[in-house]
Amino acid sequence: MSNPLISARGLTKKFGDFTAVNGIDFDVFKGESFGFLGPNGAGKSTAMRIIGATSQRTSGTISILGKDPEIHGPQIRAHLGVVPQQDSLDMQLSVSENLYIYGRYFGLPRAFVKGKVDELLAFAQLEEKRDAKVETLSGGMKRRLTIARALVSEPEILMLDEPTTGLDPQARHILWDRLFRLKEQGVTLLITTHFMDEAEQLCDRLMVMDKGSIMAEGSPASLIKDYSTKEVLEVRFGSDRNQGMADQLRAMCDRIEELPDRILMYTEDGEALLEKIYAANLHPKTSLVRRSSLEDVFLRLTGRTLIE
Amino acid sequence: MSLTNIRQGSLVLVDVAKVQSRGALYVAQARTRQMMKWIWMIIGIAIASPVLYLISVGIGLGGLIDESVGPAGIDGVKYLTFLAPALLAQAAIQGTMDETVYPTLEGFKWHKTFYSMNSTPLTGAQISYGIFLTSLFRAFYTVVLYFGVMWAFGALESPRAWLAIPTAIFAGASFGALMQALAGKLEDENIFFVVLGRFVMMPLFMFSGTFFPLTSMPFFLQWIGWISPLWHATELGRHLTYGHAISPTMIWVHFIFLGIMLVAGLFFSARIFTKRLAK
Repeated sequence: MSNPLISARGLTKKFGDFTAVNGIDFDVFKGESFGFLGPNGAGKSTAMRIIGATSQRTSGTISILGKDPEIHGPQIRAHLGVVPQQDSLDMQLSVSENLYIYGRYFGLPRAFVKGKVDELLAFAQLEEKRDAKVETLSGGMKRRLTIARALVSEPEILMLDEPTTGLDPQARHILWDRLFRLKEQGVTLLITTHFMDEAEQLCDRLMVMDKGSIMAEGSPASLIKDYSTKEVLEVRFGSDRNQGMADQLRAMCDRIEELPDRILMYTEDGEALLEKIYAANLHPKTSLVRRSSLEDVFLRLTGRTLIE
Repeated sequence: MSLTNIRQGSLVLVDVAKVQSRGALYVAQARTRQMMKWIWMIIGIAIASPVLYLISVGIGLGGLIDESVGPAGIDGVKYLTFLAPALLAQAAIQGTMDETVYPTLEGFKWHKTFYSMNSTPLTGAQISYGIFLTSLFRAFYTVVLYFGVMWAFGALESPRAWLAIPTAIFAGASFGALMQALAGKLEDENIFFVVLGRFVMMPLFMFSGTFFPLTSMPFFLQWIGWISPLWHATELGRHLTYGHAISPTMIWVHFIFLGIMLVAGLFFSARIFTKRLAK
């Protein structure tokens, strides 16, 4: 494989006594879509700010586009497109002005930025909002504008911190469609998310993070294969009976997880397992057979769910 | 939809050297664009404020004062002429303060725009200089308009009175730079505004020899004037607009005081911005 665009070894960031990122190693290669998956507070955003060459690391090494961000911050940032967790758009300016001034911050020629603004408004499906004040946009539109803004300098790497947090399902799907198109075009994407469906859809390779450390790394499919079974049977006996049932159920399959409202049973064949349960004369109130997801991987690795 | 145009890695296009030399100007351009959204309100305030002050205090109160002190006047001139240079400096200071403190809070706290600006090749120091430069622009037209109103009221006596324009802007710059550094440090702006408004701006306005010579104050209160950029600027303004007598040494003292404040403000502001963004 070619040289990585980003390469980190023992990357650590401390805020006083608190260790936000705890000695992580990773490489990101050109054209891939790389994700940090983990709950809030896992250290994903901190890692992103270090990669974005704005926040300084406490220890470890990191090279971005072959340069050290501590020495060559502006030179690195010149080739990154950053979509922060908070849109941080200029509320007083119009949609097109936001794109224009951001392009100018990269020292791009006026004529180039003007052309680029039209192109990006089309990409973000905001052509009709060109002259609208940013204040008046919906959450999904603001997010699309922030992504368009990050693309104004034609960056080597597009970094997205929680791209769809706080959006309604429809807005999320529009956004995913846009991001998927970028991925298809071979844009190198770096994404943090605490949504497993987002990670599964958008990332070629994932790092599962918890409390500043890497718990596992691989493609979504390989992570599921390595850390979970093919299928999951979810059963509910009612919150007062779930616990009493757990011991009996544990003997019937590879592994179970007890959640407050339901029990997850890990197995290669969910339907067969469900039949076994009925045969043992246990009658769950509801049952559901589904494929394993990254949520199950996370549960297995940390004993906790992603969204708490 | 021209999606095929989303290109990547235009290494040739982005000119880091250009951003390194002109970054602060790019920030100032963007800030000016924002300011233009409010330009009529800003101009309205810049004209209404001196008109109202000069009529009510300058002519209204001034009439009474001039009557009681007789032809000797205050510092040898009409009260209006005495008061006007102080108000001119105050307007400059208020203008730069508005254009440094609010954008700084907006950038760090309200919309976090500084963080997205810092995601480009721009540095913290450039962002701080850019905001500061824009505040000078505001000070410039506020002072010019104020000066025009002073002229219309007949408050200018010396032929070199126009020199009070750059002097007032200089004072505004000094105070603005320091306020910007302070605003860059702020975590909780609510208390700050209460303290700033009531315990800093108000006393400065009242005790800087604005409405009466500083020397009419008891000696133990005069120090407020000495540390106030407004007093230093007012002394210079009075000297320039009607020939208020000050020694050459004191002219130097006034300029050096304001100069030190400016340099220190810019230095700390750049440092504070850089550090806060790199957290």
